Amino acid sequence: MTIQLMQGNEAIAMGAIAAGCRFYAGYPITPSTEVAEVMSRELPKVGGKFIQMEDEIASMAAVIGGRVGGLKSMTATSGPGFSLMQENIGYAAMAEIPCVVVNVQRLGPSTGQPTAASQGDVMQARWGTHGDHQIIALSPISVAQAFELTVKAFNLSEKYRIPVLLMTDEIIGHMREPIELPDFDTVDKFERVVTDAPEEYKAFRNDRGDVPPMASFGRGYRYHITGLFHDEVGFPTQRLDEIDPWLERVKRKIEKADDILLYQTDYQEGARLAVLSYGASARTARHAVKQMRAKGEKVNLFIAQTIWPFPEKAVEELADLTDKIIVPEMNLGQLALEVERVAGRKKVARVNRANGEMVTPDMILKAAEV
Amino acid sequence: MSEHILSVHDVDVSEGQIPREDWFESSATLHNLRKNKKFPTIWCAGCGIGVVMGSLIRAIESLNLNNDQVALVAGIGCTARMPVYMDYNTLHTTHGRALAFATGLKIARPDMKVIAIMGDGDALAIGGNHFIHAARRNIGITALVVNNSIYGMTGGQYSPTTPEGMRATTAPYGNVEPPFPVCDLAIAAGATFVARSTVYYPLELDKYLAQAISNEGFSLVEAVSYCHTTYGRINKLGSAADMMRQLKDNSVSKPAFDKLDPDARAANTKIVRGVLHIKDRPEYTKIYGSLVERKHEEELRLRNVGRH
Repeated sequence: MTIQLMQGNEAIAMGAIAAGCRFYAGYPITPSTEVAEVMSRELPKVGGKFIQMEDEIASMAAVIGGRVGGLKSMTATSGPGFSLMQENIGYAAMAEIPCVVVNVQRLGPSTGQPTAASQGDVMQARWGTHGDHQIIALSPISVAQAFELTVKAFNLSEKYRIPVLLMTDEIIGHMREPIELPDFDTVDKFERVVTDAPEEYKAFRNDRGDVPPMASFGRGYRYHITGLFHDEVGFPTQRLDEIDPWLERVKRKIEKADDILLYQTDYQEGARLAVLSYGASARTARHAVKQMRAKGEKVNLFIAQTIWPFPEKAVEELADLTDKIIVPEMNLGQLALEVERVAGRKKVARVNRANGEMVTPDMILKAAEV
Repeated sequence: MSEHILSVHDVDVSEGQIPREDWFESSATLHNLRKNKKFPTIWCAGCGIGVVMGSLIRAIESLNLNNDQVALVAGIGCTARMPVYMDYNTLHTTHGRALAFATGLKIARPDMKVIAIMGDGDALAIGGNHFIHAARRNIGITALVVNNSIYGMTGGQYSPTTPEGMRATTAPYGNVEPPFPVCDLAIAAGATFVARSTVYYPLELDKYLAQAISNEGFSLVEAVSYCHTTYGRINKLGSAADMMRQLKDNSVSKPAFDKLDPDARAANTKIVRGVLHIKDRPEYTKIYGSLVERKHEEELRLRNVGRH
């Protein structure tokens, strides 16, 4: 173990390699490019492969192709590239292909401010691709957590056969902090195994658990993968008795899981005020809470690492404890919509900044006073 | 195919070789179709895509490849439905993206034969960027483009290969855009094997596909077909058999074309069939694979030194 000064984007790349990622396909875009640069340098050292594709649509497609070929795969991008990736993120959700997509959020819409931070893609992460689907999105608050959550993203993705989005931002991505990297061999890695014989193999079976086994191509399991609604062996179908069980299973596999929802709580007995945040804004939230507590006020702090699926039960409990939940975000109010859905609009005070600058502690303190 | 069927379509028996009665049962085609997939196919009766599917199976069979080692990657459209019927590793992706998915797969499994199956709209309009970059990299993928000059699945809109002046549902007064010459595009972009034939000459397609799959780098086979249901109907070109006959009458082999004098070559409007381009150039996954191997070994050596 060594302590290093490292950028968030570098920590993400190292986390990916520690988790067993052996294929990266991407396209340069500020402020995520360092992830690609580190991957292009580090992957060959562990026998992994890197390719710079012609655009983000192709990057996302290649990532899925790479995983179908048996390599844990990742891409990283920012706003405009994230928009282009939506098409095949939906494909990965439909075909249940594990993969990790990093979005180092920058100010949008459109080209926006490439070097300015934002949390403006929170709703896009949930609903960016067309059609109802399940998704997991994680958001780190520090460089160390960027490493940890990247490992977690791979493991959740493999375990549940689902695309996992690492929704970080320009601040965490470019910030340097000391980080203690573990020996990569000791990092927990989820590895998919197929025990079925090829003739019995069903890539999308709805019985025997909610996550069917996934065979890589070229291993004797010749089967069909499609973005169309499909039956248990993967052939396109329009039959409701084949579509409905699939819909129910993919919903159930995420809703019933007990290891997806990650959050940190720091509650004080009798506190009637709470601050809930995530990502870089959670750093401001942490600071504001410290200031309020120094003045003798009681405040609860809730930091979400998993933003999708939204940890509604935990937030519901927080809402029961408190009269007011302040939700600072670097956008015009996106995760706040979820908090409002769970806690009720009257309890929620939004603190928003969508001009590329961080929310300041003063903005939170002011919201606490009103 | 019986004489009766040929006569219904007004085809002279002498125009086609009538296969033996047991041909189908004994054919490679039948044995490499999926046993558990419901047939018939989604294609219209008389469609040329089935001819190409037969050719592809015979080409793979002729190379004695293990089906486990073959991956078929397709985009969206009539042609892109081909893999679902075939007993290989099959990946039916999003519109235009077959080559991008195939690129990831080929990098992960350079030992596998990866074949991308696309229509003209799939490969050249929405997938045009992926097409030129896959060719530029010379990645070991065989691109099979079935060119029927139209978007068939959506009902007959003009595509990047619809000839000028021809009609489509979105070109009701005639197409004003010039078409892409598919093979020229692939050659210019860097493909190392390029061949073309038509569905009237399935045995040629068998041969060219086998050569393309054997080529280490990026190969393109353009299989010129037709769509009697949309393009043929809108442009009053007759039945499937009529359009098949037009393909027969409107093509010339490369050796015959090469013998023409320069003026005649310049004036030629017929489809030139043959191997149009072969180039010896290193394949992408080979070059990058050896780089990775070298770096990996270096790193292992460094680590071992550190431990001692």
